[in-house]
Amino acid sequence: MTLGLYVHRETPIHRVPAAVKVLTLVAAGVGVFLVPNPLWLVPALAAVVGLMVLARVPLGETLRQLRPVAVLIVVIFLVHGWFTSWTLGFLVVLRFAVLLLLALLVTFTTRISEMIEVLERGFRPLAVFGVNPEKLSLMLSLTLRFIPLLFEKFQEIREAQRARGLDRNILALLMPLLIKTLKMAGDLTDAIDARGYDPDRKPTDR
Amino acid sequence: MIEVSNVSHRFGERVVLKDIDLTITERRVAIIGSNGSGKSTFVRLLNGLLLPERGSVRVAGLDTRKDAKAVRRKVGFVFQDPDSQIVMPLVEEDIAFGLKNLRLDRQRIARKVDAVLGRYGLEPLRHQATHTLSGGEKQLLALSSVLVLEPEIIVFDEPTTLLDLRNKRRILTILDELPQTAIVVSHDLDMLDGFERVLVFDDGRVVMDGPPTAAIPHYLGLMA
Repeated sequence: MTLGLYVHRETPIHRVPAAVKVLTLVAAGVGVFLVPNPLWLVPALAAVVGLMVLARVPLGETLRQLRPVAVLIVVIFLVHGWFTSWTLGFLVVLRFAVLLLLALLVTFTTRISEMIEVLERGFRPLAVFGVNPEKLSLMLSLTLRFIPLLFEKFQEIREAQRARGLDRNILALLMPLLIKTLKMAGDLTDAIDARGYDPDRKPTDR
Repeated sequence: MIEVSNVSHRFGERVVLKDIDLTITERRVAIIGSNGSGKSTFVRLLNGLLLPERGSVRVAGLDTRKDAKAVRRKVGFVFQDPDSQIVMPLVEEDIAFGLKNLRLDRQRIARKVDAVLGRYGLEPLRHQATHTLSGGEKQLLALSSVLVLEPEIIVFDEPTTLLDLRNKRRILTILDELPQTAIVVSHDLDMLDGFERVLVFDDGRVVMDGPPTAAIPHYLGLMA
């Protein structure tokens, strides 16, 4: 199981600060819906594809990510074409394609930690309401770190229970996972403490 | 120097450490004992992860109860299961985690991360997702993430238990070359060669304290 699609390359796109990428994505999200003519979106799509080539994103992984959405896009196109107009269908599909490829470009070229730092900065104004941005960002990192790990542990437990003929017994699968997770959570708290984590520190320039 | 003075500790009704009183000045100290004998609890007292119910622990004159943060900067901790110790999704991010907690600037963090990745052969894995590493690579990462903080003392809680022979040797070589004081909990008696002092724990007490030549036979006698 993979989480996070970042692929390291030495390209100008990789060097663009994460905040700029995220803001561009947000601006594009608004921008594509303000464009009334599909022909204006064709150069935008070509530009995003050009940026993907420049960033040397892996073609195979890109296609793998697009495959499930492609079906949805075709359905949207057909439904729009059938019930409204083919031009509108084309416009909607192009909007989707531009945003989807741009989002993929951002994910392929931005480290998770950089994304989280952007979010952490975004959360800072919420500190006046008692929200701790440091804690939120650590929570996000840990979620990304532990989802694949818990999935791995679940597979181990399922194999062990299958060997005992209990792989269809929900309790036999969930109880050991729960116990393992609680144990890991306790150990992890110790590990984070041992590495000097202080959730109440003041924000720094990092 | 670590001074453990009249320390007792319990979890609920169960007394896990009883009147431990000792001073550690040696560079290589091993802790052995049966499961549940109090070894892991004892080492968790050494960097303030646990505070003793009775008595005190002082590291270089700092009380773990009063100066927990300063003590943690002096005493690094490598856990048995690296999966429970690796915090961040990517290798280089995990090494940087503790440095960020020290509020170092970006350039210093980058320099230190580069140095550690190079020194311990993790450079090719720098951008790899931590959950995709092998067991040996994970333990190496866990160790590197502690060493990058340059603690004066490092506690290892059964660092080789989950490793194959090659990775075990790799970790032991690193351990051997460390300039710092190392306190190692282990069931692996083969790795105690060269240790200056071995503490044998049994039922929450230190029942033997001496060189490996005296401590190991005592431990084997207890296990018989």
